[in-house]
Amino acid sequence: MVIRGGKRLTEIVRKHQSGILQDWIKEQLAAVKAADRISEADLRADCERFLSLFMTALQASGDEDITAAPWAETRDMLANLSRSWAVAGYKPSETAMFVLALKRPLFDRLRSEIGGDAETLANEVWHTTVVLDGLALLTTEFFQKSREEVILRQQQDMLELSTPVVQLWEGILALPLIGTLDSNRTQVVMENLLQRIVDTGASIAIIDITGVATVDTLVAQHLMKTVAAARLMGADCIISGIRPQIAQTIVHLGVELNAVVTKATLADAFVVALQRTGSSMGRPAKA
Amino acid sequence: MERIPILKMNEFLLVSIQVDMHDRLAMTLQDDLTDRIVRDRARGVLIDISSLEIVDSFIGRMIGNIAAMSRVLDAETVVVGMRPAVAITLVELGLSLPGVRTSLNVDKGMDLLRASLAGGNGNGHPDAGR
Amino acid sequence: MPVDEIRPVRSDHDIVVVRQVVRTWAVDLGFSLVEQTKIITAASELARNTIDYGGGGTVRLQSLREGARTGLRLTFEDKGPGIPDLELALKDGYTTGGGLGLGLSGAKRLSNEFDIWSRPGEGTRVTITRWK
Repeated sequence: MVIRGGKRLTEIVRKHQSGILQDWIKEQLAAVKAADRISEADLRADCERFLSLFMTALQASGDEDITAAPWAETRDMLANLSRSWAVAGYKPSETAMFVLALKRPLFDRLRSEIGGDAETLANEVWHTTVVLDGLALLTTEFFQKSREEVILRQQQDMLELSTPVVQLWEGILALPLIGTLDSNRTQVVMENLLQRIVDTGASIAIIDITGVATVDTLVAQHLMKTVAAARLMGADCIISGIRPQIAQTIVHLGVELNAVVTKATLADAFVVALQRTGSSMGRPAKA
Repeated sequence: MERIPILKMNEFLLVSIQVDMHDRLAMTLQDDLTDRIVRDRARGVLIDISSLEIVDSFIGRMIGNIAAMSRVLDAETVVVGMRPAVAITLVELGLSLPGVRTSLNVDKGMDLLRASLAGGNGNGHPDAGR
Repeated sequence: MPVDEIRPVRSDHDIVVVRQVVRTWAVDLGFSLVEQTKIITAASELARNTIDYGGGGTVRLQSLREGARTGLRLTFEDKGPGIPDLELALKDGYTTGGGLGLGLSGAKRLSNEFDIWSRPGEGTRVTITRWK
C-alpha cells in the first residue's frame, strides 16, 4: 500500500509555523547576493503570506498536483511576486529561491518529528519536494513572461527613439526605416508617424524603406494600412526605396499599388512632394 | 430636440460633431444637412470630426450617405480632423469612405473645397475610398 | 472597479452607454489609446447588431487576469432569430460595407479573440476579448 505524503507535512507546518518562517527568511537573505535590494520587511510580509496560503492549499489538496484548484490562490500570489521581482530587476534564480529555500526548514522539522519512521519520512519528504519544485518552476515561468513584457516595453521605447520622423519641409515628413521590421515594431512606428502628421500638420509623409532588408506579408500589410489610415486623415504617403522582392510581396497582397505613389529614392519622393504641396524653394521647414 | 449645429461659411457648410452621437441624432443631422445644402445653395460641406474618439460603421455609413447626397445636390463633402486612433481602427474595420475626401483640419479642408470648385481635382488629395 | 458586470443593450441610447462603459473599463485596465479605440468600436458594432438583428439583449463585461497579463472580455447575447449562415455572415462583411456582416467581421478583426454561437430560433452570443 502506498502511503500518500502530505498529511504529516500539513500538521508539522502548522505546528512549527513561526520557526519555519524565521529559518526560511534567513536562508533567503543568505542565498541572495543582492541582499541590499530586498527590504527585509517586504520579504517577511511575502513569506508570511505565502506560508499561510501554502498551509491552506496543503490542507485542501489531496495530492501533489499544484495545477489544481486548491492551489489557485498560491499560484496567483507567486505570479504577482514574480512579476514585481522581474520588474525590479531580480534574477530568475533569486525568484525560484523564494520557494526552494523553504525546503531545508521543512525537511529539518520533518526529520525531527518523524525521525523514527523511515517510510513515512521518505513519503513526506518526497511529497514536499514535488510540491515545492513544482511551485518553483511556476515562478520561473511567471518570471520569464514578465521579463518578456518588460523587454518588449523597453524595446518599444527604444523604437520610438530610434525611428525618428523627420520633417523635410513644411508639410512634408519623412520616415526612413532601417533594419529588420517585425510586426510589432512596424505597428509602433506607424502609429508614431500618424501622430506626427497631426502634430506638424503635414500633408505628405514619405516612408523610405531603402534600408529594410526584407518585408514579410504582415509588415507589408501594416505599411498599406498606415497609408490607408493617413489618407483617411487627409495626408498622402509616398513609399520610396522599394526593392523588387518587396514589390512582389505587396502585389501578392492584392493591394492596388496605383493608389500609392512609389519612388525609387527618397530624393525623388521629396521632389514629388514639393511639387504636390506647391512649395517653392527658399521656404525652410518650421522648427 | 437636440440637433447638431450647422454653420454657414460663405458657400460652404460646416458641421462640427462634438458629441458621442446616438443613431437618431445622426439621422437628424443627415436630414438637416440635405435641407441646408438646398436652402443655402451650398457648394461644399465640411464635416469636422476632430472631437470624435470613436467612429463605427454606422457613423461611417452616415458620412458616406452625406457625401453621396451632397454630390447629387452638386456639393462636395470633405471630412476633416480624423484622429490617428480612429483612422487606424477604421482601416482595420474594413470601412472605406467612398466618395469622401479628407483633410487634416478645417483650413486645409476649405482650401481643398475652393480648389476643387475652381476647377479640376484640386491639389492631389485622392478619394479616401480608393 | 468591478470584474464582472452585465448591462442592457436594448435602445439607441444603450449603444452610447456601452461605449462609455467599455471605455472606462479599458482605461482602468491600462489599454493604450489605439487598443481602447479598437475595443470600443468593436463593442459599438456588436451592440448595434444585438439591437438591429437580435431584438435587444445584454452585454457582459469581464476583466480577466491570466498569469501576468490582463484582458477585457465582452459577451453580447440576445434571444433573437439567430444567424442562419454564420460563415457567410463573417465573410461577407468585408466587401459589402454594410449590414450585419461588417459588424461581425469588423469586430473580429479588432479583437484578439472572437467567438460566436448562434442557433436559428434561439439566439446569438458573440464574445470578444482584447488583451493588454
